[in-house]
Amino acid sequence: MRHILSILLENEAGALSRVVGLFSARGYNIDSLTVAATEDPTLSRMTIVTHGTEEELEQITKQLNKLIEVVKVIDLNESEHIERELMLIKVRSIGKDREEMKRMADIFRGRIIDVTDKTYTIELTGTSEKLNAFIEAIDHAVILETVRTGASGVGRGERILKI
Amino acid sequence: MQITGAEIVVRCLQEEGVEFVFGYPGGAVIEIYDAIFKQNQFRHVLVRHEQAAVHAADAYSRSSEKIGVALVTSGPGATNAVTGIATAYMDSIPMVVLSGQVSTPAIGLDAFQEVDMIGITRPCVKHNFLVKNVAELASTIKKAFYLAKSGRPGPVVVDIPKDITQQLAAFDYPESVNVRSYVPVMRGHSGQIKKAISLLLGAQRPLIYVGGGAVQGNAWEEVRALVQSLGLPCTNTLMGLGAYPGNDRQCLGMLGMHGTYEANMAMHYCDVVVAVGARFDDRVISVPEQFLAQAKKVIHIDVDPSSIAKRVKVDVPIVGDVKLVLREMLEQLKHGGETLDGAALESWWRQIEAWRAPNSLFYAPSDTLIKPQYVVQKLYEVTGGNAIITSDVGQHQMWAAQYYPFDTPRRWINSGGLGTMGFGLPAAMGAQLANPYATVACVTGDASIQMNIQELSTCKQYHVPVKIINLNNRYLGMVRQWQELFYGNRYSETYMNALPDFVKLAEAYGHVGLRVEKPSDVEPALKEAFALKERLVFLDVITDQSENVFPMVQNGKGLNQMDLPPHMREIQLNPSENNRDYGNLC
Repeated sequence: MRHILSILLENEAGALSRVVGLFSARGYNIDSLTVAATEDPTLSRMTIVTHGTEEELEQITKQLNKLIEVVKVIDLNESEHIERELMLIKVRSIGKDREEMKRMADIFRGRIIDVTDKTYTIELTGTSEKLNAFIEAIDHAVILETVRTGASGVGRGERILKI
Repeated sequence: MQITGAEIVVRCLQEEGVEFVFGYPGGAVIEIYDAIFKQNQFRHVLVRHEQAAVHAADAYSRSSEKIGVALVTSGPGATNAVTGIATAYMDSIPMVVLSGQVSTPAIGLDAFQEVDMIGITRPCVKHNFLVKNVAELASTIKKAFYLAKSGRPGPVVVDIPKDITQQLAAFDYPESVNVRSYVPVMRGHSGQIKKAISLLLGAQRPLIYVGGGAVQGNAWEEVRALVQSLGLPCTNTLMGLGAYPGNDRQCLGMLGMHGTYEANMAMHYCDVVVAVGARFDDRVISVPEQFLAQAKKVIHIDVDPSSIAKRVKVDVPIVGDVKLVLREMLEQLKHGGETLDGAALESWWRQIEAWRAPNSLFYAPSDTLIKPQYVVQKLYEVTGGNAIITSDVGQHQMWAAQYYPFDTPRRWINSGGLGTMGFGLPAAMGAQLANPYATVACVTGDASIQMNIQELSTCKQYHVPVKIINLNNRYLGMVRQWQELFYGNRYSETYMNALPDFVKLAEAYGHVGLRVEKPSDVEPALKEAFALKERLVFLDVITDQSENVFPMVQNGKGLNQMDLPPHMREIQLNPSENNRDYGNLC
């Protein structure tokens, strides 16, 4: 099953590689990973999308907590949460296809952020499924490049992850 | 007043009360060595290979309650240390390893003797630090000692660039450490402890299973109190030997791949098992499916939450320091007033005694060939069971574990988790320096001893009078055993051709060498060796080449499906016969 782990960790050199090393050494999956400093520059917030059985997730969480630099770990799946991913997608669009591509971007509430005679670059945010749906909806042959950030997540309502 | 980074390192070690630093100098640590030269508060032990420095520091920790320290230079010095670090990591041994690093401006430029020590050791340390600012050097070393010893112990590496050792800073050693992201749980949850007690008291066939955590957590008194107050059977893992007295009637001996029949059968057929600082690893319970095929409830006490429910589903997890948890358990038991079902326990003991009766450690004696088991038994007698025994890895390690019962902890020093050949001799060195008045013997084999034999030179330099008992069978015995049992006697690369003359070799290093070739000479030779209290004696014992370690649980089999020694094979063929007292169970 797919899980989204939110991790608060010390913003120190090497902390990221400890997390990534743990996943590779123990054979856990990383579907996506995003990380950046928080409003408190001593802390980083990481979101890892992974999949595995409940037992595996329990081990992953425990192993993450064991890392000295990890402050807190929560599995966002345990309660309601919001997740968003950003995608930049560059597509070839010439002639009559240009209008069609613009319409598709509008339908998915994307924004065209760069334009040339032959291409559009579209910015899209949403759940990973929505981004997948956009890719499915357009002609694969016109896709020149896709860049995705991986999901970031946050608990709904009052639920917060802080020290 | 400002002092150099190198002087700060030395001051930190002094503040920590370090007695010995095991190490090897080199370019990146030359400043630290200069600072060591100018002090006389701790001693430096110059090993002959960095791996040995780390093993010695490791065994120094294992055989005392102190923290071993190793110091190595950058590049090859650091990589040579890695096997030792991984060894300590697998067995949760507190240790601080200081490694030199190239100067900070040179890092990442493939400088001479540069290696990414932090990257290389990341998966085999509890934590590691690269010191980039001399002002943070002292607090980093303080943290390293704190992390190494607290919670689940482990090795911590501090990588120190050369320019940091040359820069100046004020020395200010912090009195305490606070790491906000690291708060090990010490006290167990009272409610969980209560649950555990009620489960244990309701058991018909209880068993206490004690691992290395009880040794590292100094919980032997509590283990003893629990086992004896309730009259429970107890089994020790390879790492837990000595945590419960090996000679006590309630001790079923070691369990696992080469454990006793009674310990393994009890582990398989118990209905409630209390794991105390043990982790159900593959060499102990084989495969979880087999282990759980017989229904049982599991109570697991461990300071590391990630050890719990890692391989085996646990009914009552208790996270905490084993000593504190057991204390609270004993306290609650005292006030609860309940006891076990006496009749059930009696019948359980009857069954255990039936399993114990045929003596699964019996071996056929010989007048002509020296049986390795016999050597260990004589070693036990000659040392009065009071020696610190280190071992290497292989058959001799198992024989030492099986035939030298330990009544107290921290006397059995071996590489259980990583299984590092070459551990024994440097470990003996470290144990002897930590315990100058103790008798220290290294039980080894002709293959293992050659992996760090250069340390005979270190032993000479520092007058370390350990006794080496080389069970010489001219084979890589454990691999040969597997080849005999599972690979059609195809002894691929396991025959040790062209062995050195160990007696002459020992003499060449300035020690005493003795060769023993007849069973009748074993005891006199051991007596002679241990009488030479001031000398290192290398006892080269020519043993029966064909001897195998039994009992044995093959990979993938259950603990109740052991390969037994020849005199017990009938039992193996007809297990229900042996379990007739327990007909409803088996």
